[in-house]
Amino acid sequence: MKRFPFTAWDAGRRAMPLLSRLKGRGLIIGVPWFWLGLFFLLPFLFVLKISLAEPALAQPPYTDLIEVIGDGLVSISLNFGNYVLLWDDPLYRGALFGSIQIAAVSTLVCLLLGYPMAYAIARAPSHWRLPLLMLVILPFWTSFLIRVYAWIGILKGNGLLNNFLLWTGLIDQPLEILHTPLAVYIGIVYSYLPFVVLPLYATLIRLDLTLLEAAADLGCRPWKQFLLITLPLSLPGVIAGGMLVFIPVVGEFVIPDLLGGPDTLMIGKLMWTEFFSNKDWPLASSLAAVLLVVLIVPFVALRHFEQKAGEEQP
Amino acid sequence: MPNPRIFKPEEPWQAPEGEPIIRIENVSKRFGDFYAVDDVSLHIHAGEFFSLLGPSGCGKTTLLRMLAGFEIPTEGRIFIDGQDMTAVAPYERSVNMMFQSYALFPHMNVADNIAFGLKQEGMPKAERETRVAEMLSLVQIEKLASRKPHQLSGGQRQRVALARALAKHPKILLLDEPLGALDKKLREQTQFELVNIQERLGITFIVVTHDQEEAMTMSSRIALMRDGRVEQVDPPRRLYEYPASRYAADFIGSVNLLEGFVLSQEDNRVLVRSEEAGIDLEVIHSHPLIAGTPVTLAVRPEKVRLQNAESSLPNRLRGVIKEIAYLGDVSIYHVELPTGKRIQFTQSNIQALAEQPLTWDEEVELGWPANSCGVLEQ
Repeated sequence: MKRFPFTAWDAGRRAMPLLSRLKGRGLIIGVPWFWLGLFFLLPFLFVLKISLAEPALAQPPYTDLIEVIGDGLVSISLNFGNYVLLWDDPLYRGALFGSIQIAAVSTLVCLLLGYPMAYAIARAPSHWRLPLLMLVILPFWTSFLIRVYAWIGILKGNGLLNNFLLWTGLIDQPLEILHTPLAVYIGIVYSYLPFVVLPLYATLIRLDLTLLEAAADLGCRPWKQFLLITLPLSLPGVIAGGMLVFIPVVGEFVIPDLLGGPDTLMIGKLMWTEFFSNKDWPLASSLAAVLLVVLIVPFVALRHFEQKAGEEQP
Repeated sequence: MPNPRIFKPEEPWQAPEGEPIIRIENVSKRFGDFYAVDDVSLHIHAGEFFSLLGPSGCGKTTLLRMLAGFEIPTEGRIFIDGQDMTAVAPYERSVNMMFQSYALFPHMNVADNIAFGLKQEGMPKAERETRVAEMLSLVQIEKLASRKPHQLSGGQRQRVALARALAKHPKILLLDEPLGALDKKLREQTQFELVNIQERLGITFIVVTHDQEEAMTMSSRIALMRDGRVEQVDPPRRLYEYPASRYAADFIGSVNLLEGFVLSQEDNRVLVRSEEAGIDLEVIHSHPLIAGTPVTLAVRPEKVRLQNAESSLPNRLRGVIKEIAYLGDVSIYHVELPTGKRIQFTQSNIQALAEQPLTWDEEVELGWPANSCGVLEQ
């Protein structure tokens, strides 16, 4: 093809004023920003505003921050009491740290179970991969709520699990699993396992197998190949999967409510109680605000890591 | 008293008592019903720069991977340094490989990539650092030690891959299309560098390549492969001048092939009647040939010359120039004989912008010396 030094396209581009080019770019970038602003930032500001109010017997059940007293005077009353309460009251603090702990342990268990699953699928013969992935995704076709309810049937005193164990003779008394922290862990790990398997599979399937051959060629045994090559190169998947479990589990409400007992107090459940039972919207909102800040920190860390890892892909 | 057999030290395959460093014995590799490598036997000697040459799918890479231990032969055995290595795992072999894709570890910098194999064998840190520095200077990338692979150009990655494969000082280095990913200019330059490094370190190099020019430039010997089998093993010059088959003649360089049959042989002067040529052709061939045997004569285009008043070349052929291709250094002419057969010949362009001495539809007389022509039986 002949390349002319100055094409019509070039001419058009040069003639186009800088401002209008910026407008085109700005428009495209602006759409997601607008979306995030409208449906994320704005609602969050509402929540923040409510968290700084005081509960009131009204509709909606909280005081206004800004009141017009008259004579053009405006009174602004901010109430930081909720945040102080959250920190001082062992109930809320305990629920926050408890939620983080449950989320952290569940994430770890999900990763420990999900990594071998993802690895096995990625290394399976290619005609096996799709059916195996389908098996991972299939539970999503049933409602989340029904699946959690099903666990009640499995775990309860005269449920499937206990009956089976009694039948095999391994136990002579039904185990008490339902309404314990263990039941919550089982429910969470079961529900969130696909969220680690899928991103891990995506990174493991992309792994260049000649890297492992190169490591073997340089004298590296199989288990060290895994530790030195496969594992570090799949870290983006580990982190993505971990975040996909950790972030929603911290705020998880349904599973601890259905499977947990009175002693598994998670922040999501607490928030529900404050909103709907106690009608204390400001306190519930401050819980939500604190939770968001707690979760944004690991998310920013994830983005940072992903960017770094992204640069290393050939 | 028979003369002692004379061989040059750079031709270790001529030594009768030399134990080859690699002995491949009747090795086959089957994938399903397909024989990727089919009954190959090769002896490769220490210090050789040995090329496995052939088109894609000829089994050369599979053969190399069997030497590295990534594939296990279906049949046959492989001896390295006298030891049976047929089924030994890659991480227990003393050979190293440079991969076609380089396979640099993306999460490690250049120095860590090179040090990887040394760490595996537990070399102390100080010694390791010295070795890495030595390797970096060997391939002239001292300044890149702390770069990550994604920050390097293709040529630089190729050097890192070479340094990493050489770091453990293997006796044998396997190279899978080592120059395949480089552009032409860089490739030509790197060819000589590879040969220099090989000679300096005295390591046996086994190179897989599909590029005949590359194989010709670098190799001490070339094994020409086709459909999983080895067609011919010879030094580049022999392979070029005395191809053993039509396939070999055709794969390396260009060639004029003329069919015919043997009329007579006196001493080693053979007369071949060729209908394609329209005349009887004279060839030097030492193997005894029975009259009537069908043969193919192979003449390289650069051996064919224009006849003029002084020259008295045999194999005089008249024809008309039909095509001219000007390549800069040489020009290729296609001459059509009265029989319809086309003969290619080349001429060096010695003088810049000289008047084209030959032009289309010009009648010329060609010829070539009787000893510049190969005889292919079968």
